[in-house]
Amino acid sequence: MNKTYSALNLFREGLRGQRGWAPAWRSPKPKPAYDVIVIGGGGHGLATAYYLAKVHGVRNVAVLEKGWIGGGNSGRNTTVVRSDYYYPESAALYDMSVRLYEGLSRELNYNIMLSQRGMMILAHSEAEMEIAARQVNAMQINGIDSQLLDTEGVRKLAPILNFDRGARYPIHGAMYQGRGGTARHDAVVWGFARGADRLGVDIIQNCEVTDVIVEGGRVTGVATTRGEIRADRIGAAVAGHSSVLAHMAGYRLPIHSYALQAFVSEPLKPVLDTVVLSPGHGTYVSQSDKGGLVFGGGLDRIPSYGQRGNLPVQETVIGGLSEMVPMFSKVKLLRHWAGIVDVTPDSSPIIGPSGVEGLYLNCGWGTGGFKAIPVGGYMLAHILATGRHHDLSRPFDLSRFTRGRLIDEGAASGIAH
Amino acid sequence: MQLFPCPFCGPRNEREFHYVAEPGKTRPDTTGDITAEDWAAYLYDTKNEKGPVREVWMHLTCRELFVMERDSVTMDVLGSKTLRRTLPAEGAA
Ligand SMILES: Cc1cc2nc3c(=O)[nH]c(=O)nc-3n(C[C@H](O)[C@H](O)[C@H](O)COP(=O)(O)OP(=O)(O)OC[C@H]3O[C@@H](n4cnc5c(N)ncnc54)[C@H](O)[C@@H]3O)c2cc1C
Ligand SMILES: [Zn+2]
Repeated sequence: MNKTYSALNLFREGLRGQRGWAPAWRSPKPKPAYDVIVIGGGGHGLATAYYLAKVHGVRNVAVLEKGWIGGGNSGRNTTVVRSDYYYPESAALYDMSVRLYEGLSRELNYNIMLSQRGMMILAHSEAEMEIAARQVNAMQINGIDSQLLDTEGVRKLAPILNFDRGARYPIHGAMYQGRGGTARHDAVVWGFARGADRLGVDIIQNCEVTDVIVEGGRVTGVATTRGEIRADRIGAAVAGHSSVLAHMAGYRLPIHSYALQAFVSEPLKPVLDTVVLSPGHGTYVSQSDKGGLVFGGGLDRIPSYGQRGNLPVQETVIGGLSEMVPMFSKVKLLRHWAGIVDVTPDSSPIIGPSGVEGLYLNCGWGTGGFKAIPVGGYMLAHILATGRHHDLSRPFDLSRFTRGRLIDEGAASGIAH
Repeated sequence: MQLFPCPFCGPRNEREFHYVAEPGKTRPDTTGDITAEDWAAYLYDTKNEKGPVREVWMHLTCRELFVMERDSVTMDVLGSKTLRRTLPAEGAA
């Protein structure tokens, strides 16, 4: 059986009718107990399990997923990866993630198709240019490769945008991060799953956690649709369902769940080789390797667990896109969907203790946690293994809401994800 | 597009409405000492329930606040009531 992915093996299997490939991960029965349980088989949960085994040697680990791995937001997002956040704490966290992404295909022996095609956020007025300059300066001080582009700079990178001077939102310039871009979302999920499985982690699908067992103030296991499973260290990475889990275990979170929608068009010839976002139109767009336009906009305004789209946002986003790039108005939509995202008051994640001993959180990534999958997993693994925060995750502790030390990244994550 | 019921104006386009807050939270008594925990819980903690929910909404067109009951999964509206129970105008849904 072929376990390693390489050009040579691909060629060999091509000659043998592709019959020699081994499944990328096992489907084991749950054991009665593990050293660590990770709830949620999205990117963050699987990355947590991978780094637990890889970095900390903790291999007796189960990832419990109620559906199929990657069926949540990790398989529903628009795959933008970047680290141009404003506050030093965020820049350090998200940039570590981009750096981990840069080495991930090789590390996992799995092509995650990271494409650092650059990401720009347009500025539509002189005032917006001044704010953009302010933000770019702050990011550069944080060590992020952010730069300010003028109109000509934008035109060079994305000539198909609407440069008409009479446009509703004329283009004055943009904030640009060259290391930003996209990656293949399913590949990130499957790559981490395969990596974790090879190190001994049990990935258990169709296993919903229905209750958290708390004895004497600390967790001792979970009840699931596949029976009771014990562990005295549990990591929760369930994104939009974080509050549902909190109700089970008896802690409270400052989170609202909302639907966030995205769209993909029929495939086109290559027309756009960077990611473009317009705050004015409330729309961002990139072109996938298959040629489809992948685009989206801001959150729904209504708190929701209904994982589907609706017309008001659709109208804003599609209207915005056809004004931003008028020739796209002729393009046909292929698919349209939503994911349930976990939004905090300061649009920053929550990493660390939940308040119930032994139960740790990795949630609150809201609209922007795909780019953070490697670092989110790395941080949760660190806390689960050592019982202590990593320096980079400490500012994102739940206690920041009590201390009044919020990290307000609303501007970095409103429409940009 | 969905229709939401304003207790004052009747069924209207969902775009005219804005979610405001979870009802039933009591602002801590600011004349006494308030612990950071109580204040943070008041400001930030949410139930964020999956299924039937009660929420305070505003109808932006008439600027009235009211309580809407709906299902956060199916989006079905289960009822809408004025905030002041003493008012005769009960549930337009
Ligand atoms: C439309 C859209 C566009 C986005 N665009 C971007 C983007 O461009 N860039 C970016 O960085 N981010 C983006 N995001 C955000 C990003 O997708 C998420 O922040 C990220 O995927 C969260 O990963 P996760 O592993 O925490 O959650 P998920 O992938 O949602 O995984 C959580 C898993 O937990 C499981 N689960 C829940 N409850 C239970 C239970 N009781 N028992 C067992 N399992 C359970 C779920 O089934 C799910 O698989 C976008 C999101 C959406 C919806
Ligand atoms: Zn009204």
